[in-house]
Amino acid sequence: MLCSEIKESFQALAPLALEETDYRAKGFHLNVAVTPDQVVAAAEIMEQRGYTLEAVTGVDWLSSAAPNPVKKAAPAEGEEAPAEEPTGPVEEQMEVVYDYTQTGQELCRVVVRCRIARDNPELPTVSGVFPGANWHERETHDFFGIRFSGHPDLSPLLLPEDADYHPLLKDFQA
Amino acid sequence: MNDLASSSNQETFVINLGPQHPATHGVLRVKLTMDGEYIVRAEPVLGYIHRMHEKMGENRTWAQFMPNTGRMDYLGALSYNHGYVQVVERAAGIEVPERAEYLRVITVELNRIASHLLWYGAFVLDLGGFTPLLYAFDDREQILDLLESVTGSRLTFCYFRFGGLYNDVDDAFVSGTRAFIKRLRKRLPDYHNLVTKNIIMIKRLKDVGPISAERCRLYGATGPVLRGSGVNYDVRKNEPYSVYPEFDFDIPHYPEGDSMARYMVRMDEIEQSLRIIEQGLDKLPEGPIMAEKAPKIIKPPAGDYYGAVEAARGTFSIRAVSDGTNTPYRLKLRSPTFSNLSLYEEASRGMLLADALALMGSLDLVIPEIDR
Repeated sequence: MLCSEIKESFQALAPLALEETDYRAKGFHLNVAVTPDQVVAAAEIMEQRGYTLEAVTGVDWLSSAAPNPVKKAAPAEGEEAPAEEPTGPVEEQMEVVYDYTQTGQELCRVVVRCRIARDNPELPTVSGVFPGANWHERETHDFFGIRFSGHPDLSPLLLPEDADYHPLLKDFQA
Repeated sequence: MNDLASSSNQETFVINLGPQHPATHGVLRVKLTMDGEYIVRAEPVLGYIHRMHEKMGENRTWAQFMPNTGRMDYLGALSYNHGYVQVVERAAGIEVPERAEYLRVITVELNRIASHLLWYGAFVLDLGGFTPLLYAFDDREQILDLLESVTGSRLTFCYFRFGGLYNDVDDAFVSGTRAFIKRLRKRLPDYHNLVTKNIIMIKRLKDVGPISAERCRLYGATGPVLRGSGVNYDVRKNEPYSVYPEFDFDIPHYPEGDSMARYMVRMDEIEQSLRIIEQGLDKLPEGPIMAEKAPKIIKPPAGDYYGAVEAARGTFSIRAVSDGTNTPYRLKLRSPTFSNLSLYEEASRGMLLADALALMGSLDLVIPEIDR
């Protein structure tokens, strides 16, 4: 019930992908893929619905094109938007994932994803909508080097204060 | 503020609380900008015990990551075990025998009580009361003995397996746990007489550090912090997992939002966990503790999976991305106190330093779980 209402509110945004998923198999109900300039609007929809932001994180898709046939065939989520936004093949992309849920009685977990180019990883911050996103985005910047434009302070949070490396990149060398 | 402070051109000074201060319970540093005894800004500085568990996850098999999950929240390790096996079982489509699920719930709840008891002792210690710590550790020791007899460890548990458990319980565990329930029920009134009704305690906690439900929502705070702000939310009820729907228990929540409310939530949760354990022992079914068809090598189908559990400090969730191999492609570990602490800067503004320490204690921080 709640899920279909939320799906409707997202339709106005015209996201890249919008689909209901099998909760038992995946652990979330609604999967939304958006462009970088839509993440703040998506956060505002969630905020107005009384949602809370549980986590923000990144995924580096560099190794997804390794010469492993199983990996090659992997249909990553939100892949219905092939090579148009942002441009380029999967292995040149990074993904930022926002996990939303709400603390009311009805359960509808929403996952908002945004793909960005690996060589210029930048997208707007949602910390203006959810102040709790501040630390999550700082952590994502620590680990992946993803820049959240408009963020108040992207200095290292968990890494040493002079860290200039991003350990969760798939080509990171210690 | 007196005349002296206001005539000194509002001068502020910076002091460092930690990273080795006993009130921070681990290596947390808080950069405090003070105006006399009042806090202008309290900025937590993290990362002193950061170990990059998420990168470790990408460099070992799904099963090999299991011990890591016991080393984040070392006071409530079994909840983290549970969160991890749950998301992997969901991804790989493994069914767990009922007896195993019951034993998971029983041991997790025992662990939750042990965690709350340690918090109780340490929290009152922060506020200047030494004796309650000894009471709490005495009782917690009984739980650790019980858990040691089945899991083999006392702190960094690694008891669950994909599809079941590592070890079955014996009659001694069942009778020992029943005896413990009886014992703690007798002791809880002592706890309340000693601390809850103590006038010093009430003056230190009542109306100190109020946090509204709305701020909790915007900061993603969960667990006793959220329930202390009047929100009736618990993953065990709102997003039922394992065999929790089979149990009859309440979710304590207090609307005041102050440190006293958070204290009361945890004290009540101890009683509710005792209820769950008691019912679990009564209903404990016979049968295997390991799924027969559980694969030796886990290779979840490519895709991403999410799973959340109610840990002692709030929602612990994992986002697991699989590329179809025996190694995780990405593991995101969402720990509750990371979000709970992120509201500290805003909540502590303008407070007296001593009150801000009471607020910090009421958040129940475990630093290795924040830093991961």
